[in-house]
Amino acid sequence: MAEHPAHTPPPASRVSYDYVTRTIARTLGGPTRGYFLLLGAAVALLAVGIITLLFLLRYGLGLAGYSHPVYWAVFITCFVFWVGIAHSGTLISAILFLFRSGWRTAVYRTAEAMTVFAVMTAGLFPLIHIGRQWYFYWLIPYPNERGLWPNFKSPLIWDEFAIGTYFTVSTVFLIMGLIPDIAAVRDLATGWRKKLYAITSIGWTGSNEQWRHYSRGYLYLAALATPLVLSVHSVVSWDFAMAIVPGWHATIFAPYFVAGAIYSGCAMVITLLTPIRRLFGLEELITVSHFENLAKLCLLTGSIVGYAYCCEYFIAWFGGNPNERAAFWYRAFGPFWWATWTMIICNAFLPLLLWVKKIRTNITALFVISIFVNIGMWFERYVIIVVSLAGEPYEPWANAVYNPTWADWGIMAGSFGWFFMWFLLFVKNFPAVSISEVKEVLAPPKRQASRPGVHRT
Amino acid sequence: MTTHLRLPLPGPLRDIFHPPPTAGVLGVFAYLDATLEAIAKLRAAGHTDFTVYSPIPRHEIEDALGQPVSPVRAFTLVGGIAGCAIGAWLTLWMSGDWPLVVGGKPVLSIPPYVVIMFEMTILFGALSTILGILLNALFAARRVGTIQYDPRFTNDKFGVFVPAGSDKAAGVESLLRGAGAEEVRRG
Repeated sequence: MAEHPAHTPPPASRVSYDYVTRTIARTLGGPTRGYFLLLGAAVALLAVGIITLLFLLRYGLGLAGYSHPVYWAVFITCFVFWVGIAHSGTLISAILFLFRSGWRTAVYRTAEAMTVFAVMTAGLFPLIHIGRQWYFYWLIPYPNERGLWPNFKSPLIWDEFAIGTYFTVSTVFLIMGLIPDIAAVRDLATGWRKKLYAITSIGWTGSNEQWRHYSRGYLYLAALATPLVLSVHSVVSWDFAMAIVPGWHATIFAPYFVAGAIYSGCAMVITLLTPIRRLFGLEELITVSHFENLAKLCLLTGSIVGYAYCCEYFIAWFGGNPNERAAFWYRAFGPFWWATWTMIICNAFLPLLLWVKKIRTNITALFVISIFVNIGMWFERYVIIVVSLAGEPYEPWANAVYNPTWADWGIMAGSFGWFFMWFLLFVKNFPAVSISEVKEVLAPPKRQASRPGVHRT
Repeated sequence: MTTHLRLPLPGPLRDIFHPPPTAGVLGVFAYLDATLEAIAKLRAAGHTDFTVYSPIPRHEIEDALGQPVSPVRAFTLVGGIAGCAIGAWLTLWMSGDWPLVVGGKPVLSIPPYVVIMFEMTILFGALSTILGILLNALFAARRVGTIQYDPRFTNDKFGVFVPAGSDKAAGVESLLRGAGAEEVRRG
């Protein structure tokens, strides 16, 4: 945070410290009718999810489309989807922070908030999936009368530790980044908001002693979050790769999943930032070049994902294992061919459009592509999880017919409602763009070089 | 330290959270280089206990003040090592406490436990870093007493507060003005 001078020129010369504070503070409070409509839609979706969950509690998991041997299905697909969404937030806030890339400052807060809420959403799915939610604490190692402990050789326990750590660390990282910004809006706010911000900024004044410890600590948090984010989706991928199911049992899974996670997350950042920028009038702070950079990240990670697809199919053929070959043939040409081809077209071919600068800098086009990437990445997890389990070579006698039911879709709709509800509440109550970090990439006010247009320090 | 909320607190707590005001002079600066000049002049005049406010962290200010590296790094290191040790203890002791052969693998298998140890290193390292920031930046700062503050310091102004009794205040005031303060207040 404190570590770099101005790297990128500010978006416009009239963008001063005061302009930044006031523009971002203006996004808080005074919700419009459109905001309430969006929030209402999110809460309605959440209500659908809660009602579905009540039915699942009453009548059991049989309401979902589970059928032998497909016992990991839409819930686990959604779990991996939401964990993946979370990843780009930490990439932008921690990894690009360590790389000192100045453009991240305008978009990282949105991405980071998205991370926290996406992990909150993801965490619900294993709980729903276990069926008896009231026994969730059996996952935690605690002394009990039977003297039993969790099996630490199981990737599912690794996953619990990874997701738990990820949620905790990304939450404290978000809150830490927020403190100086909450102090800045505290000093402009009035009424009950002033009290809220006075408490939540825990006495921040921006004194030299505070900045000294804060910027050091923030650096270390970023340095800890960076390996963490790479580990989390690796561990999630090992939930599958450690099993012997053809289509799961692949050493490529960890990097493949991490790249896919960042890819889907970047797409989600574009999906979320486009309306926020328009609604809040942040065009001068979040510029087209920020979107272009996000699109480049999408292009990079999307290409890695496309490469991983090729690699999977090549190794399935080249490895010579008949079960592996049959599983991948089933994937592409079996009854689930539509899911596989949706995934390949949305994830591997569509982003190739981003090579064209005209498309990369067209926000409407980016928004549309980002939604297709979101859909494609959901189907990627569906293909990996459901289609691999349903595949004939896995259990040829099982005659798997798998179809998700209304209960699957209801819970999934609820997860989107839950995520967007938190996100919408966040952007109206806390600064969705970092105030102090956007100022950091501006030239500091100086007596000598204070004319507008001079940006180097 | 200014808080905008005055809660009625019992005596000893009030002394900690709302310490009595410190007498001194506050200069408000519009420019970074003017602030740096003031810092240099104050240090030359022998002041050591002044406070500098800024809307963003700047290396120039840190360098001008000549501050030592923050002790937060020790918190991160100790927390990380402790987390790794706790992860190792958790997995090894719990496996040994109920020895159960799973998948034909040794009861104590190090490679899978590395994942838990890694995650615990990150978790404890991050939480103790937060603790380090809070202890150092927020609670230690309260020892100096309530000093003057201006809400513009989180927006676009820089500030320097120099604790000074009534005998020295005039000298400090003229020093801050000479460095380019656009506003000087005594309190």
